[in-house]
Amino acid sequence: MITIFWVTLLLIAVTIGLSLYRAVAGPGVFNRMAAVNIIGTKTIAFLVVMGYYFERPYFFDIALLYAMVNFIGTLIFAKYLERGELC
Amino acid sequence: MKLKEKRFGILLTFCIMAVFWILLSGIFHAFCLISGLICCAIVSLISHDLLVKGESEKKLLKSLRLLLYIPWELWQIVLANIDVAYRVLHPRMPIDPLIIEFETTLRKDFSLATLANSITLTPGTITILVEPERGKFWVHAIAKESADALLVDQTMQRKVAHVFMETQEETETQEAFE
Amino acid sequence: MLIVHIAVTMLLGAGIFFTLVGSIGLLRFPDFYTRLHATGKCDTLGGGLIILGALIYHFFAYPETPLVPAKLAFLIFFIFIANPTATHALMKAAFKTGLKPWRLGEERR
Repeated sequence: MITIFWVTLLLIAVTIGLSLYRAVAGPGVFNRMAAVNIIGTKTIAFLVVMGYYFERPYFFDIALLYAMVNFIGTLIFAKYLERGELC
Repeated sequence: MKLKEKRFGILLTFCIMAVFWILLSGIFHAFCLISGLICCAIVSLISHDLLVKGESEKKLLKSLRLLLYIPWELWQIVLANIDVAYRVLHPRMPIDPLIIEFETTLRKDFSLATLANSITLTPGTITILVEPERGKFWVHAIAKESADALLVDQTMQRKVAHVFMETQEETETQEAFE
Repeated sequence: MLIVHIAVTMLLGAGIFFTLVGSIGLLRFPDFYTRLHATGKCDTLGGGLIILGALIYHFFAYPETPLVPAKLAFLIFFIFIANPTATHALMKAAFKTGLKPWRLGEERR
């Protein structure tokens, strides 16, 4: 079972690498923002599987916190790009 | 807000906070539990109107209908992802995007948000703009079939209106009342 | 115990397949709005399935801590609510700033 978790971690890292191309080369700021949001979502799944691979239960709390931080960060960025100011 | 709805709001916020405290800590000593309950009581007394706002009738019936709506929603999510996988992996990539707009009979905040979320999770459509005055939606569709499923069939609008009890005659009576 | 291992492997495999499809769509599609279609739908379900597989594994391998599956179930629920909302917020910002959508027959952007 540990081998299956290791293969899962490797494949999620490959997909994060594929999304990184769009974050670097996307024409304009919106493509880059979408790619960063997607890398954040994949990081949450990566953290949960890593918690089972290393057998430490503290990674789940970190995953929960990072899900909220990623969501709020994307919303604030979209609001700033739409209005030009934050309030 | 009247006192009865205030009490319901305070009680609901307190229950949700207590459940989260026990879920995230997992400790069952007497000291931790009692201090947790005191913190939940202070928080729910101060800011209960951020979570439970407004007044609405027949909350229990709406919650039950919402619980029955969720399995249909999950099946639509699986269908949507199989559809997107087919469009991505096909060598010719058959997409033909267009923007459509339509009106619905929903007026409240929560029902508009539920319908916008459901449209984003169903095959081939994403919500762009919502106008709450007349319930107007602007939607970006990725192909003609997905746009037809929203414009012609109107299955999802009827289902969400049935869950929140805001169908055609109920919205018209509400507007005639005001 | 073998049935549980096979079920968890299938769930993890399906989750990775949908995540990979979402990433390939991000590279292949010709316009910002269509790229959001690929990522906003596929990545939500892919991440949800991976965490569901880990949840079922925990339920049978470590049955003495029943609170951790509840925490992971809340994480799945949060992903299903938060990801479409963030997708809609980005699309609304792009539409109001004036980004033109792509019609069939134009070149890639």
